[in-house]
Formats: sequence, C-alpha cells, structure tokens
Amino acid sequence: MKSPTAAVSRWVDDRFAASRWVRTALNKIFPDHWSFMLGEIALYAFVVLVLTGIYLTFFFDPSLNKVIYKGSYAPLQGVEMSAAYRSTLDISFDVRAGLVMRQMHHWAAIIFIGAIVVHLARVFFTGAFRRPRELNWIVGVTLFILAFVNGFAGYSLPDDQLSGTGLRIAYSIILAIPLIGTWAASLVFGGEFPSEAIISRLYGIHILIVPAAIAILLVAHLGIMWHQKHTQFKIAGATENNVVGSPLWPSYAAKSVGLFFMVSAFVAGLGGLAQINPIWIYGPFVADRVSSASQPDWYMGWLEGALRIMPAWEVRAFGFEIPNPFFPGVLLPGITFGLLYAWPFLEQRFSKDRDPHNVLDRPRDRPLRTALGATALSFYFLLFLAGGTDVWAVILHASVNALVISFRVAVLALPPLVGVVTYYLCKELSGAGGGRRKPPAIVERSVDGGYEARPAPRPAGSPEPELAPEPLPETAGTTE
Amino acid sequence: MTESNRPEGTEPHDPHFDPAARHPERAERTIAVAFVIATVAGLALAVTYWLGGQTQAEGALLFVCLGGLGFGITLWGKALMAQGPFVQERENLIGSDEDKAAFKESFVRGEESFERRRFLLRLLFGGVGALGVALIFPIRSLGPSPGRTLFRTQWRKGTRMVRSDGSPVRISDLEVGGVLTVFPEGSVGSSDSQTLLLRPAPSPITTQPGREDWSPSGYLAFSKVCTHAGCPVGLYEHDRKQLLCPCHQSTFDVLQGCQPSFGPATRPLPQLQITVDENGFFRAVDDYTDPIGPGFWNRGRRKG
Repeated sequence: MKSPTAAVSRWVDDRFAASRWVRTALNKIFPDHWSFMLGEIALYAFVVLVLTGIYLTFFFDPSLNKVIYKGSYAPLQGVEMSAAYRSTLDISFDVRAGLVMRQMHHWAAIIFIGAIVVHLARVFFTGAFRRPRELNWIVGVTLFILAFVNGFAGYSLPDDQLSGTGLRIAYSIILAIPLIGTWAASLVFGGEFPSEAIISRLYGIHILIVPAAIAILLVAHLGIMWHQKHTQFKIAGATENNVVGSPLWPSYAAKSVGLFFMVSAFVAGLGGLAQINPIWIYGPFVADRVSSASQPDWYMGWLEGALRIMPAWEVRAFGFEIPNPFFPGVLLPGITFGLLYAWPFLEQRFSKDRDPHNVLDRPRDRPLRTALGATALSFYFLLFLAGGTDVWAVILHASVNALVISFRVAVLALPPLVGVVTYYLCKELSGAGGGRRKPPAIVERSVDGGYEARPAPRPAGSPEPELAPEPLPETAGTTE
Repeated sequence: MTESNRPEGTEPHDPHFDPAARHPERAERTIAVAFVIATVAGLALAVTYWLGGQTQAEGALLFVCLGGLGFGITLWGKALMAQGPFVQERENLIGSDEDKAAFKESFVRGEESFERRRFLLRLLFGGVGALGVALIFPIRSLGPSPGRTLFRTQWRKGTRMVRSDGSPVRISDLEVGGVLTVFPEGSVGSSDSQTLLLRPAPSPITTQPGREDWSPSGYLAFSKVCTHAGCPVGLYEHDRKQLLCPCHQSTFDVLQGCQPSFGPATRPLPQLQITVDENGFFRAVDDYTDPIGPGFWNRGRRKG
C-alpha cells in the first residue's frame, strides 16, 4: 500500500478508527428514482447560491447613503442614488465576471425555491411524510419558508425601483397586522417607510442569519434522512424492511456529484445568457415613482395575486379595523404554512394510519390525498396567474377589471373541480397495473377461435432481464 | 474494467458488479470527449476573463465546462459502475422496551439530584426566567414608537407646494387634464407627503359636501399613497377621470373625491385642502385631515 489515498486513510484511521463507520457509509444503499433527485437539485442550487453569494459580498455595499453615479453605464451618469444601488450597478458593469455571478445568483435562487416546491409535492403525493418521517417534513417546510424569506430579502437589497416597491408593500402588510402591526412595522424597518435601516438589516439577514439557519436545517434534513434511510417505490424485491438500489460508493456518489455539476452548468448558462432583474432599467428607488407590470419573483406570485383579487373588504368596529391586506398578506400565508406543518398529523388523525411506512404510495392509489393536493396546487397556481392581471390584460387585449373578476370566480370554482376530476381519475387508474413496461407476448388464435398468449423470445441485443437484488458481499471486519 | 471494479472475494462473474452499459468502451470514449471539452472550455473561460470578460461568453463557457464535467461524471456513474441492484436491511427505528427502561433508569438517576433540591431548582428557573425577560427588552431599540407618525405628513398650514426639482407650483402651471406630483416645500421626495395635483376641469369641483373651496380653478390635490398597500398611485386615465395604482390595480374616481371604484382598496385617497396665495403659488391649508396610506388597526382612533 504505497498510494497516497492509502497513506492518508491509514493516517486518519490510526487516529479516529474511522474505517469501520466510513466503510458502512460507503456501502449504504440508496434507492434510485428520478424524483429522488429533486431535493438534490435544491441542495446543489443552494451550494451555487452560497458560492456566487460569497463573490457578490466582496463588492456589494448595503448602504442607503446618497451618492452620484459615475460608473460606466451611461444612461445613469450623474444620477443621485443609494450606495447599494450604485454597487449593484458596479457589479453588473464594472466588476469583471460580476454580472454573470449576479445573474447566476438570482437564477439559482429561482431554481432553489422551484426545486423545493416540486420536491415538496413529490414527498406529499407519494406519502413520504408519513411515520417515521413527520419530523423531517417539518424541517423541510421550515427550509421552504426560510428559502422564501431569503429570496425576498435578496432581491430587495439592490434598492432599485422594483425592489423598493416590494418593500413598500411588505411594510404595508406588516402594518396591517391587528394590534401589533404599527409597532412591528416600525421595529422591522427601524421607523416609518422608507427607513435608513432596512437595507443593512436585510443584508445581515440575507447573507448570515437565514443562510446559517438553512445550512443547519439542511444538515438536520439530510442527517435524519440518512439515519432513517430513504423511502423507496415498490420495485422488484423492495419491502418495508429493506432498501433496494445502488451503493453510495461509487455509483450513487458519482451520479450525485454529476448532478451537482449539471445543476451548476444550467445555472451558469442561464446566468450568462438569460437576463434577469436588470436593475439598471428599473432605475434607483424613488418613493413617488412606480412602473406598471411590477411583478415580484415567481415564488411571491401567489401572494401578489391574492393581494390583487381580494375584494375591497375589511373589518371595522369602534374605530378599530383589520385592514384589507391582512387577509391575503398575513392570513393566507399563515393558513398555508400552518396546514403544511400540520398535514402529516391531520392525515394520521383522519386515516387512522399510524404505522411506519418506508414504501411509497403511487399517487393514484391514494385518491383522496392526491385530489386534495391537486386542489391546493390549482388554487395556488390560479393565485400565481392572478399576480399578472395587468400583463394578461395586455396580452389578451382584455380589461383588467374583467380579468380580476374572472380570477375571483376561478380561484374559488376551479380548484374543487380539479379535485373531483383528480379523485375519479385516480380511482379509475388505481386498478391498472403500473410502472414498468410489460414484456412482449405472442398471441395466437387457434383454429376454433380461442386465443393463447406466450412470452415472446427476447430479441437479440435487448436489455438483460432484471437481476434480483442482492446484499453487497460481506467481508471481514465489523460494521456499524 | 470489471476486474478492477470488483472487491476481492467475490465470484468473477457476479453480474451485479458489471457495468450497466452494453458497450463500456463506447461510454468510456464519450466520457473522455466530455472531459476534454470541459477542459478546453475551462481554459477558454480563463482566457475570456484575462482578456476583459464578456458576460455571455462567460456564462456559455461555464455552462460547457461544468456541463461537460457533470455529463461525464454522471455517465461514468451510470454506465461504468456497478448498479446492482443491491439490497440492505433497514434497522428497526422503534426503540425496544429494554432500551427504554434502561434509558429511564439512567435519566432518573441524574434527575434525582435535582429533585432533592427542589428549592434550588425553583430559584434557578427564576433566574433564567428573569434573564429571558430582560433579553426581550433590547428589541425595543430596533425602531421608534410609531406614535403619531402614521397620522401626520410634512404638510402644514401654509406650506408651499413644490415639484420634485424643488420649484414652486403656480396657478397657471397645469392645463386642464394635467397632473403633477408635488411635495411640501423642504420635503421633496418625502414618501408620506407625496401628493398628486390634478386639474380635471377649469372651474372648482366639489368632491364632497363641505369641500366647496378645496379646489381653486379646478385644481384637486390627493395623497399619492395608495390606501391599499402604499404604492404610489401613478397612473391617471384622463378620459375616465380615474387614478389607477399599478401595483394591485385599485382604481379611484377623481371627481367623487377619489373614492375607490375597483380593486382591493377600501378607502378614498385623502384630499389635501389647497389655496392660492397672493403670488399665485399653491399652498396647503393644513395637513391631511385623514391618515394617508394603507390601513392599520387603530387608524380610526386618533384623528391627526
């Protein structure tokens, strides 16, 4: 044993007795399914976010001090703006590789939250949140909320016209909370909007507090998954008490590292070739300006839509009031995330199923859960669409008011319909066998009209028949 | 390939350790090409940066470099490494009764030393509780008391009306149909004092009973801060005499005292009483009589 790898592992092993548990880790079996990659995409998008974000911190100045722009973007020469906005312009035009990093950072955030949402849907529809994984579901929902908050904090930092408008709305939503709203808004923003403090506060939250919380919870999320072992679909040989798949070392590790590079590649391609958040077009934030078609990042779209289509209702009594934005801006996300947290326990309560589950459901085999999930998804998707009523009006040559009224009706009427259709589709499909392609058969009709089927011979060059899963070979030594 | 991949002591023909690819040489060639392309793209990226950088080229080269690595590594993992399928038992995640009993014994052994000194324990909780309460107070430093700030703007009795460049506004400055964003003199850019000066007609307009003299020569002044979520109400539709907020499409009817006519806003934009001084400049008669901007829980309790 002369190789450097052997030398290093010997050195470590002579100090930590690590070979025993590392070997167990290397031999750990991971089930294979494309949908198990969704969470990994989110993980790797987070890695890209951290790497590009570190680069951006070297150049970004989270200050609202007034400066006069003298950089290389001609249309804004001589314009008064905040140091935060100027440094974002400098990153975009004067820092070499700055724009590609900035755009990669933004695209990675968009993909991060997108992957989280699709991963969450996968976990929901396959029942992966059931006992013993309720706690990891809670950690996952918390990660979702943190990602959501950090996305908003991040795109609010450049102090451009669009992000300033977003902060203005956020301030108004906090202000709308009964009893504590006026104090809460003042404490969060450090005074009345627009305050001098908010950008530097959001900066600390965006680059330290929330990312640290995400990193800690990610470790918990993966650690719990590692300890409890991943769920699997009911493939050949899979039972509630085993895991069928490929070992961490080397094939699963190679595929996962490969996925990391491919996610980064995708983000880099978008960051270089697809413009995002061109703050030099929006201009610096000025309190009395606003542009039409002001749209937030995609993951805020459902809240934007809810704010837009909420009828002009509010509660007033004895000089007190619950302002209108409270309902779509505070109550709706409160109920949304509350239901998400509670779901595993609600389902246990109503289904009376408190047994441990390691084999996943096919969504069609759980018609009620799938129908409820489809109802919820269609509800939020319609709210998301309603977040662009002004844009739809231009595209469809329709009046904004007609669109808003249509969305008010659609948001209430369509989701139950989607739910009912999904329910009966699942009922219909659950009888059919699923998953793998059926082996070819030769059907012969006999002279007296009867039919007989027999398996077709395997054509030359077709894949080998499936192997039965086997444990990795045992070798000497103890395992954990 | 298969020989070197196989751990010692296994049968030489165990198909679980075979590469998944039917033609491993071909996969090997593809992977090699991917890694070569990645290397070339990586070098080109360094050169691009050295020459001054170019965003699209950087993104594209980074895509090719990372993509080549990712594609090659993934294909290596999928096509040339043992895929099994392998199986592993799950350990039982429900603790056994013996373990639970043993844990309880260990825990109770330690707990007893606290239980014996209940009085000390209560004092300890008291101290920790007091510390916890004391640590809540610094939150107060984060911002000033909202106090009356939400009920007041920078408009005062007699404040002159100026444009965003600071120049005062005269009675002759707007054509009929015109609109202008104005501020109190000395507070240009103030978020809560931003006001729209409109002239929908050449003669005085009564928006509400009791406001007969609020609109000299057909000039009306309304808060520009939307009563829904606080965006500037930036769009004026002259033919319909409507103000539209671009954020959430609340619509306000100018001739009806900016009552909301569509969208989520529930309250009119507050109107500012204005007058014209002896030099023809607009001045505020006083601050807004109603709090401007979005609602809050005790908005109706303390009049400005």
